[in-house]
Formats: sequence, structure tokens, C-alpha cells
Amino acid sequence: MAKKAPELSEYQYGFHDKDVSVFRTKKGLTKEIVEEISRMKDEPEWMLEYRLKALDIFYKKPMPNWGGELKDLDFDSITYYVKPSEKQGKTWEEVPAEIKATFDKLGIPEAEQKFLAGVSAQYESEVVYHSMQEDLEKLGILFTDMDSAVREYPDIVKEYFGTVIPAADNKFAALNSAVWSGGSFIYVPKGVKCEQPLQAYFRINSENMGQFERTLIIADEDSFVHYVEGCTAPIYSTDSLHSAVVEIIVKERARCRYTTIQNWSVNVYNLVTKRAIAYADATMEWIDGNIGSKLTMKYPAVVMVGPRAKGVVISIAVAGKGMHQHAGAKMVHMAPDCSSTIVSKSMSKHGGKVTYMGLSKFGRNAQGSKSNIKCDTLILDDISTSDTIPYNEILNDNVTLEHEATVSKVSEEQLFYLMSRGLTEDEATQMIVMGFIEPFTKELPMEYAVEMNRLIKFEMEGSIG
Amino acid sequence: MSQVPHLKIEDLKVSIEDKEILKGLNLEIKGGEVHAIMGPNGTGKSTLSSAIMGHPKYEVTGGSITLDGEDVLEMAVDERARKGLFLAMQYPSEISGVTNADFLRSAINARMEEGKEISLMKFIREMDKKMKVLEMDEAFMHRYLNEGFSGGEKKRNEILQMSMLNPRIAIMDEIDSGLDIDALKIVSQGVNNMLSPELGVLVITHYQRLLNYIKPDFVHVMMQGRIVKSGGPELAEKLEAEGYDWIKKELGIVDETVGSEV
Repeated sequence: MAKKAPELSEYQYGFHDKDVSVFRTKKGLTKEIVEEISRMKDEPEWMLEYRLKALDIFYKKPMPNWGGELKDLDFDSITYYVKPSEKQGKTWEEVPAEIKATFDKLGIPEAEQKFLAGVSAQYESEVVYHSMQEDLEKLGILFTDMDSAVREYPDIVKEYFGTVIPAADNKFAALNSAVWSGGSFIYVPKGVKCEQPLQAYFRINSENMGQFERTLIIADEDSFVHYVEGCTAPIYSTDSLHSAVVEIIVKERARCRYTTIQNWSVNVYNLVTKRAIAYADATMEWIDGNIGSKLTMKYPAVVMVGPRAKGVVISIAVAGKGMHQHAGAKMVHMAPDCSSTIVSKSMSKHGGKVTYMGLSKFGRNAQGSKSNIKCDTLILDDISTSDTIPYNEILNDNVTLEHEATVSKVSEEQLFYLMSRGLTEDEATQMIVMGFIEPFTKELPMEYAVEMNRLIKFEMEGSIG
Repeated sequence: MSQVPHLKIEDLKVSIEDKEILKGLNLEIKGGEVHAIMGPNGTGKSTLSSAIMGHPKYEVTGGSITLDGEDVLEMAVDERARKGLFLAMQYPSEISGVTNADFLRSAINARMEEGKEISLMKFIREMDKKMKVLEMDEAFMHRYLNEGFSGGEKKRNEILQMSMLNPRIAIMDEIDSGLDIDALKIVSQGVNNMLSPELGVLVITHYQRLLNYIKPDFVHVMMQGRIVKSGGPELAEKLEAEGYDWIKKELGIVDETVGSEV
């Protein structure tokens, strides 16, 4: 540690970092930095080896050229590890009024606002967190941050880590594998149904919103878990790259639902690999909302390896000025009678760009499997664009694949109709947009649906983001 | 707004894509009156209703429309609605993902001052009551606005909106098309329940049949983008019995559609 003196830096993006003393690595990515990250986390040797191997792979892999524009992404200008100080929290009074106002507009409860604003050590939430932890412990559910999991549950982590998304999967998975920090770890034992959604924001005082989160969820046989991550509040970040990896294992007859809503500022590259393996009769559902970012490339995947496994992706992507949402889904049917559903809703406005890229693959043993894909795009003005790029790979004749894609604009007739009932043009447009994304919002837990609707309203007004 | 409504249309000229459809139309509707405009297809009836409501495709090139002396043509569509104009449309749009109930509540609240919005309970009670009159299934509340509705269901839904929004001048554009006789009776009953000195009604139809259930005080015949004949309810009966030919003969019109004038 001695050779890398921690830097205390100045911040330019407002509240998020201003008063928090942090310990961060130098910019750029070297073997030494990876070693330092591992050392600071007090990791076992095998994790360090894993990181270093991944770093090699990262160096060797070319930049992907099939998706969005990545040429401005400079790996040398990125800080790969920032350790938030645990003792030096800031106070709620120090959070700028405009940020509080935004939270209020979004209707986020104060306890959550404080967490989002980086105000640590808040008594109420800790109590909630601890009582929740006790409930989970009684059920045998493990729910912690990934860093702690490596130390506390090394056997389980070692068994599953990197098995769904190996470091060599793609350049950004390799990067994450080398420098990952934070993220969630969940293990749900056989037969346990966790009725309450597990929410990331309760894990206070842990490294939650890192740039390179790593999440691992194991739903053992006959279990159920719903994990909710992120929130609709704009994520103010000085970091220009967010590259997470989420691995999920859904065992026989288990069901896992993973709900994310992310709202990135326009300077962020959001390059995420999310994949689940679903065994026989298991169900995996990704509910995925992407708002903002300079470029998002994200294709939640379900690999169905057992008979009658089910995969679901329901997603929305919203792109405004200077944004490109390159998002979609992958459904891989590798066993008989699997079924999958993709519902993709995208919207572009103010010159934003949305691209749906999806893969539906049927392996040789996928007889009787079926896939239903529906991609709808709503373009809100004349300068915004959309593309749909579906890939199908079919190695078995006895499968069903349905693909439906629509591109629409808010029509003059619809506006006239709603306005003729007294709604202003803005209200009418908003109503049409809300209706468009309703198949997504209805899947969200109530409080998130409410936040989501508010967020879209503000997005439409252009007052946020 | 307790004042008796008064809609006045004078020498109205309306074009669509540079083609003149209405060629100087005059009409006055006051609260408590039911007017019917009849006429064969292609004579400009629907253009009139769309122009009154302010559809952007229809360009008013001359004349005036006032409501209680205020210039309607200066108002945006939503403003016209909030002033009390209502158009029950022949082909209402479908809005996916927006429930009938959500939409109606927003529309009602659009008329209210801030802080005076209708409470959810009151709204549900009102809607329940009005839906019973129109014999609409409760499920309609939660269905997406007009999506997958049959022609008849859409018409009932238009009348439901009308009864919830309490307009001052209500225009019904071919509300009878696509309705079987039972539905026609129910819809007419819904309209008749609303009649009062505070409401002026304009019914547009090309069948006399509707006028058996909604009794007009004034009947107007439209041809070639103008009202060519006006009278009382007896005019509708004569049209039912004899068709339009006698009017054409009387006025020397060969082809009644717009653009065929000599």
C-alpha cells in the first residue's frame, strides 16, 4: 500500500462526493492496482488469482464493435477503486437543496433519500436493516454485500462465482472480474420462499453503488426470491464507466425475479452483463429499466438448461439528448419445452437513440420450446431514432418463435382525442407515454411504480436528467 | 357557469388539405335545445363537428364560432373542452395502457382548480352510477381506453365520458352507427337523462332512427357544405318517409356531396 499513496481529490459533481474522504487508486489499470484492491479487501488468494487472470483476458480482448459507439471510452482515465470512508459521513443538512428537491419531487421517502445522498449512519434505516437481517437469518437466507460474502461464505462463493459469466465472456465482464467491488450476494436455501423483496438500499454502510458491482444470487431448489436494485433517483456520478456483472443461478423449480431501475447521468457508459441459468421447471424474470447514460449496452439473459425452464425479460429503455440505449435480451433454450417471453419497450426523445438487440437461441434438444418476443418503440419527436436488431439461432425444427415489433409516434388523433376531453397537450402526451410503458410499470413493486411514473413525467418535462 | 350556454356559428368556412368542405355554415344552439343535423354521406357533417372541437387537420378559413360570446376559434382544443364543449366521436382513438378510470379521472380533474380534485371515492361512486345507466360492465373501468372495444362499446364509452364530464354543449357524431337497436335505446336513454337547460345538444346522423329516441327540437339538412333546410321534428319524419330527393329537387341540387356544386 505504501507505494500507492491515497489521493484525496476534489469533486466537481456536487453532493455525492464532496465532503466524503475517500481512498482511491490512481487512474488507469495495472496489475498493481488489482493487487491493491484485493489486498484492501483482505481477500483470499483464490480471488486475487481470479482477478489477475481476468485482467489478462481484459487486456487481450478487443473492444466490441457490434454495439454502441465506444471509441471515446478511455480506460486510462478511469479510477478503478474508490473506498468510501466508513467513519466520515456527512450530514443531511449538507446535502444541497436542489438534490433534496429532486428527491421530494420523486416522492422518495426520507430514509431512502438520506442513503442516496450518501448520508451514512442513519439510525432508523439501520434498525430496519437489522430487523430485516434477523428475519432473513431465521429463514437461512444469506444477504450481504459481495465483499463480505467472499470472506464470510467462501465455499458458496467459490462454487458459483464466475460460473454463469466467466471472465472470458466479454471484455467488460473481464474488466469487472478484475476490479469488481460491491454488489449483492444472496443465497436462498431449498424450499424457502422469501415473500419480502430484498432491496439493495437497505444494505447501508456497505459498498453498494460501485462502478464495478458484482452480484451473485443463488436460488436453491423450490425457493423464491425477488431482488430489487437501484432506484429512480438520478445517479450522479463522477465516474464515466459503470460495468456490473450479475450472475444468477435458479435451481430446479425455483423462481427468481430481479428488478432494476437505473437512471444514469449523461456522462456514463453503462456496460453491464446480466445472465441467469435456469434449471428444470425454474423461472427467471428480469424486470429491467434503463433511463439515461451516454451509452447503455445491456442484454439480460436467461440460459434454460433444464426441461420446462422459463425465462422472462420485461424492459424499458428511455433515451434523451446525447444518449444511446443499446439494450435487449437473450433467451437461450437448451432443453425441451422451455419457454421465454421478452417484452421490450423503448422511447426516444430530443435526439436520443434506442436500439433493441435480442437473441433467441434454440439448441438441438430444445424441442417443444417456444419464445415470444414483443418490441415496441415510441419515438417522441422527429430527431430521435430507433432500431430493432433481432437474432435467431434455431437448431431444432420443433420450436415456436413469435416476434412482433412496432414503432410508433404519438399520433395527432390520440392527442386530439385526449385534449378534446380537457387534457393539455403535455398531459395528453404524458398519458400516452405512461400507457406505453404500463406493461413494465405494472411489474414493479408499488412504491417503485409510483416513483417510475413520476420520473417519466419529469423526464417528459425535461426537468431532470 | 350557471349561465345558459349559447353556441353560435356564423358563415363558417372550413378546408381540409386545401379543399373547402364547409362553405358558409350558420347554426345557433342554446341550452335546453336538441338540434339534429342530417344529410347523406359526404356533405360535411363530420367536418363541422371536428372543426367545432378544433381538430388540427381542419383549417377554418372564414366565419366565426363563439361560445357565450367568446371566440372559440382562438382556443386550443383542451381549452374548448374546459369551456364546456364535448364531442362524442365516431371513431374514438385507442390508448393502450391507460385505463378508462384513470383517463376519466384525469379528464375530470383537468376541469377542476388545483386542490379541488375529485376524491377517488366520489369518482368511483359517480362512475358506477353512470355505468349502470348505460348498462356497462364494471370491467370497463379497468380496461384500456377503447382498446379492443367493439364499435358499440366505444359509443357507450363516449356517452359515459359525456355524462361524467358534464359538458355545456355536446356534439354527437354518428353515435348511432354500429349500435344495435337495444344498445341504441340504452345510449339514447343515457343522453336523455342529461338533458337540461344547462346543456345544448347537437346530434349528427344520417339515419332518422336515432331521432325516435333522442327527440330533436330542430332538424337541419346538410348538403354541399351548407345547411340547406331547417325545420322542426316533422322534417326528420318527412325525410324518413321520403328520403332526400325532394329536397334536392326543391333546391335544384343534382349531386348533394361537397365539390359537386354547379
